[in-house]
Amino acid sequence: MMARVAALIAACLLALLAATPSQAQSLVATLSTENVPILSNFTGERIAVFGVIEPGQSVRPKDGYDIVVTVRGPRGAVTVRRKEQWGLMWLNLDARRYIAIPAFISILSNRPLNRIAQAEVRDDLRIGVDALIPPQAASRGANDPVFRNALQRIRRQQGLFLEGDTKVRFITPTIFRADIDLPGAVPLGAYDVEVALFSDGALAARTNLKFSVSKDAVEQWVAEAAHRSPILYGAATSLIALLIGWLASVIFRRD
Amino acid sequence: MEIYLPIAEMPVDMFLILGMGVAVGFVSGMFGIGGGFLLTPLLIFVGIPAAVAVATQGPQIAASSMTGSLAYWRRRAIDFKLAYVLLAGGLVGTLLGVLFFNQMRRVGQLDTVITLSYVVLMGTVGTLVTWESVKAALRKKDKSAPVRIAGRHRWFEGLPLKMRFHRAGIYVSAIPLVGVALLIGFAGAVLGIGGGFILVPALIYIFRVPANVVVGTSLFQILFTMVAATIFHSATNQSVDLFLALLLMVGGVFGAQFGARAGANLRGEYFRLMLGLLILIVAVRFATDVFTPPREAFSATQTETVR
Repeated sequence: MMARVAALIAACLLALLAATPSQAQSLVATLSTENVPILSNFTGERIAVFGVIEPGQSVRPKDGYDIVVTVRGPRGAVTVRRKEQWGLMWLNLDARRYIAIPAFISILSNRPLNRIAQAEVRDDLRIGVDALIPPQAASRGANDPVFRNALQRIRRQQGLFLEGDTKVRFITPTIFRADIDLPGAVPLGAYDVEVALFSDGALAARTNLKFSVSKDAVEQWVAEAAHRSPILYGAATSLIALLIGWLASVIFRRD
Repeated sequence: MEIYLPIAEMPVDMFLILGMGVAVGFVSGMFGIGGGFLLTPLLIFVGIPAAVAVATQGPQIAASSMTGSLAYWRRRAIDFKLAYVLLAGGLVGTLLGVLFFNQMRRVGQLDTVITLSYVVLMGTVGTLVTWESVKAALRKKDKSAPVRIAGRHRWFEGLPLKMRFHRAGIYVSAIPLVGVALLIGFAGAVLGIGGGFILVPALIYIFRVPANVVVGTSLFQILFTMVAATIFHSATNQSVDLFLALLLMVGGVFGAQFGARAGANLRGEYFRLMLGLLILIVAVRFATDVFTPPREAFSATQTETVR
């Protein structure tokens, strides 16, 4: 099924490219889906990125093309806390606040990033997990590397910051595919996907795609009810609780 | 089988949560307590955010105390007047507890407050109950409440607003009763516990309420404070997860039935010894979190999201 879809999308892309005459290198990419619904049995999802490189008149790079796919989730504020010893106890005493931190980052490439481009080039283009965490101007001490590294380490352990340097696969020298793996606890919201084409260590072309992750009918309805009419939601939840409690006493009544 | 929780925004193993509901229901049926003090830590250890774990205890405990109250009501083992007096304190305490909970969450110290409170509260109650039951077992007397020594008065017996509670057979001032219920209501809202495991010993040891009405009265009081906690938590922090609550309730009511049968065959002091040890285990588990160097000193919490 997946392979058939892949072939179909690739064929469409090729047809599209054949129709547009181009001089320089260009890049066309598409996602297997633009909306990921979270149903009650949601445990994660895989989204495929398909793309075609059109070399144009330019010379083919000697090492072949490189592709870096950057997936970025909705941004928000994060507080990083550190436990410190206080007497005999270990308590959260030190904290740093970070703003505009993507809730999800996934960097997929066909080989390690340091072999695709120089560090300065990557930082300039904001490619890589660290480059996506903006320097914190307002918050005092937030650029402390200990806290910055801790934030990245924790998010990596949670599966929310990922790097996959073998996740982009070339089907032919100019057609590629990458799999974006979203974990079960994927943050909800709008996602940006940036596909960057590198040729001999320099950026040759770039294209942006979007998808969104949202709760499906029942989950969405429950979450909305909890926020829109919280008192009614609380009362209804209590009523259900009392009903279940009463039902249990009827079912299990012994006397 | 995994199920996605709409408020916690994470998938959990349905059978794991159901199983936890059954296990805690068994214990709660056996001891006639809500079991929140076991369930909240279990949910936190499984990875449910502390705020959701605490707030979702409300409906879960309300359901189990409903079943319990009905059973005791049929046996006429509830002192309603006593329950209403306790409820007056309990509701105020619950409201204050939810406000404190929200404030601590805003400041970012909720997890620390929960952990430390569990250590102090569970440590104290667990030690007291265990000590009492060991003493009772050593004395080889099978009495559910200590005998009242003639001529010895407690400090609160001189307080005004004295009331007579016929079914409980006590004559005491309403002030300490309301005070105790207020403290327990407060703790309940902050820690996600019904407070039965504190209220029952308090009524037995401090107010000398006979054992046959104490559990029913406590359950009836907790039923209402937990309904209030559910509504207060829903209204102010939207952390009550309906799906999680349903799983826990269904597991809990089944477990409670088997627990009640197992509990009927236990003798008084062994019963209390087991309860005391169980509470101590929870306290020790939380104490290790606070008193040993953490493996990961850092934690990261998302405080707001632009969607």
